[in-house]
Amino acid sequence: MKEFLEGSRAVAEAIKLCKPGVISAYPITPQTHIVEELALMVAEGKLNSQFINVESEHSAASLVLGAVATGVRVFTATSSQGLLYMAEVLFNIAGMRFPVVMTCANRAISAPLNIWNDQQDSVSMRDTGWVQLFAEDIQEAVDFHFMAYRIAEDKSIMLPVMVCMDGFILTHGIETVDMPSQEQVDKFLPAYSALYKLDPQNPITMGLVADPDYYTEARYALHQTNREVLDLIPKVTKEFSGIFGRVYNGLIEEYQTKDAQRVIVAMGSVCGTIKEVVDELRKKGKKVGLLKITAYRPFPIRQIYEALKNVPKVAVLDRALSLGSYAPLFSEVKAVFGTKKKKPQVISSFIAGLGGRDITKDSIKEIFRLLTAKELSGEFIDLKPELLKETYEQ
Amino acid sequence: MFGPHTTKPQTAKKTKTGSWRTESKPKFLQKECIGCNMCVLICPEACISGGEKKYDVDYTYCKGCGNCAMICPKKDIIMVKE
Amino acid sequence: MSNSLFSPGHTACAGCGQSLAARLVIDACGANTIIANNTGCLEVFSSKYPESAWGVPWIHSLFENAAAVASGIEAALKFLGKKEGINVIAQAGDGGTADIGLQALSGMFERGHDILYVCYDNEAYENTGIQRSGLTPYGANTTTTPIGKELLLGNIRFKKPMPEIANAHGIPYVATASAAFPQDVQRKVKKAISIRGAKYIQIHVPCPLGWRHASDLTISVGKLAVETGLYPLIEYENGKLTAVRQIQPKPVEEYLKPQGRFKHLLNNPEQIKIIQAIADNNIEKYGLRVKTEVKSEASS
Repeated sequence: MKEFLEGSRAVAEAIKLCKPGVISAYPITPQTHIVEELALMVAEGKLNSQFINVESEHSAASLVLGAVATGVRVFTATSSQGLLYMAEVLFNIAGMRFPVVMTCANRAISAPLNIWNDQQDSVSMRDTGWVQLFAEDIQEAVDFHFMAYRIAEDKSIMLPVMVCMDGFILTHGIETVDMPSQEQVDKFLPAYSALYKLDPQNPITMGLVADPDYYTEARYALHQTNREVLDLIPKVTKEFSGIFGRVYNGLIEEYQTKDAQRVIVAMGSVCGTIKEVVDELRKKGKKVGLLKITAYRPFPIRQIYEALKNVPKVAVLDRALSLGSYAPLFSEVKAVFGTKKKKPQVISSFIAGLGGRDITKDSIKEIFRLLTAKELSGEFIDLKPELLKETYEQ
Repeated sequence: MFGPHTTKPQTAKKTKTGSWRTESKPKFLQKECIGCNMCVLICPEACISGGEKKYDVDYTYCKGCGNCAMICPKKDIIMVKE
Repeated sequence: MSNSLFSPGHTACAGCGQSLAARLVIDACGANTIIANNTGCLEVFSSKYPESAWGVPWIHSLFENAAAVASGIEAALKFLGKKEGINVIAQAGDGGTADIGLQALSGMFERGHDILYVCYDNEAYENTGIQRSGLTPYGANTTTTPIGKELLLGNIRFKKPMPEIANAHGIPYVATASAAFPQDVQRKVKKAISIRGAKYIQIHVPCPLGWRHASDLTISVGKLAVETGLYPLIEYENGKLTAVRQIQPKPVEEYLKPQGRFKHLLNNPEQIKIIQAIADNNIEKYGLRVKTEVKSEASS
């Protein structure tokens, strides 16, 4: 049913339809509305769930770890500092192969303190072993949560999934969303049936010490399973479209890339803006396109290769930094082509939209303008040089 | 794909910690025993068993710590050379 | 071979007080128990892949989050309608409880989860090499409060009053216990799991390696800690002190002598006075001294 909803509210509705048994989170802007909506649903008797207010994000993640280990579907959400605070628990959850689903309302990372949107938080957690899906709009944010549980709980996978949605832009923005019915969700997502759990009827030991004789294989298995998710996602999106009607690739989205001379690669809500610019420029005869990355982890190497191998000029737009080195998404896109024969002539790196600085249509046009035969490394768009000084001044 | 992950219960029994003993091991004289059960209760390895004034050590696991000999109120357990 | 739920074959040091206490706890709780364990000696020596000493469902996550993981287990059981009849235990060492684990523990107390939290107090970070923790007693020589030419006293801070901190959260049951009094440990554990709400038991567990005493003195050193008044065995119920183990106090030197970690103090009467004062303070505060009847000749 089509409703006009705030993104956070839409995500909360989606979670409600997934019927988690335990929800635990700690408040941090801009995730707050998601969790508040869920608390209200529980208070109104609309959602039967144990809703636990914890004293930190580290405990929120630990609590859902304990709950999912006991065989119950769980949910948590966070942003920025909170995501970093629970970082060691994220590695732990993935390593212990628990199907936790979490929303990350993407927000910049301190210092300096900034509550507005960029992608540094979830990008900084790319090594954890979590599947990371980036939503372009609120409909995707909603739909990806259903898929997240389906992917996570697949008995051959058993990995946690993080649905990333740009803070404020998608969490506090209001869009028309097609909310599915409980019947549709139940058809797509069966009740959670744990592959292993804490049960006095069948005791097992979880979270053992693995010395050098065993650790590598545990990590190898985790890595392989992450790669296997690349094969699972297309199956899941196919099932999804059969039940809900909406069609997703799930790994990437190729927007006017087939004959494009210049393509921007990006993740998240900025893709909506880029699509509008692509449409505008196409009307003027410019052959431009967008490659949207939906699944950042696992990284869809083969799909990116196929999409870009014949594109002469590629601009990778990063909304995060790997300070002191190549920007994260750029370095991985570049690595896809390595020493391959077919590859773009130019892959340039652009940084924009840090700490909530708007990426306007003009910013995107600037990127296309700067995407020439000259390869650029870490070019900041909309930088304000007047704020920069060589030496420290009060 | 799954690798080293979880374990079945009480698989530690495979490790024969009795091989750790180098100096001494307990000997149950079974002469003055009053059946207080303290030796069973305080063995860190849970390798002393029995009841009704008859007790025994499972030497496969006994590390030879000597607490049983120390605690026996009747000195009915002594540590002897390994 | 005894049928303990904590099997032999674990790789604790010979004479380890903590392995003894852990066995007493789980056997008192029984098979219908789920344990969340912090990183530490107990976790490391009982769960090295592919072996586990545990006969009940058991999970280890990180160093500081057993209280939070246990909260999640309890919440899940509540959701499934299965909490009744299943004991949820969170356990950790003194460092994992009073230092790095304090936040999660405080949250668990404040939310009133139906969980028994057991702190195995061997008074230092023994697993990582005998470093000082918030529960290291005054005067102890540890690897991070070592004795040197400049600093001669060892640890100069006093134990964090964890039982009082727990009690201040308003939980229904707080107790201290000692591995040297095994029946008392089991009695207190059984009592705790019969109470609904958050419970805290702190068990003093001598560590032959870290405290530097012979492995056969585990029980006797543990007894002396209690009998000198340095480790009072007490119970708080619903905020009130309801029971203490009464003692005929022995001088603290008897406790300090067998332990290498206090060796540097034995020729230092000033320092021994300070430690005696700690004991005397406990005796006074908790009313530990056995009351002897004074028979008056005149009245008969």
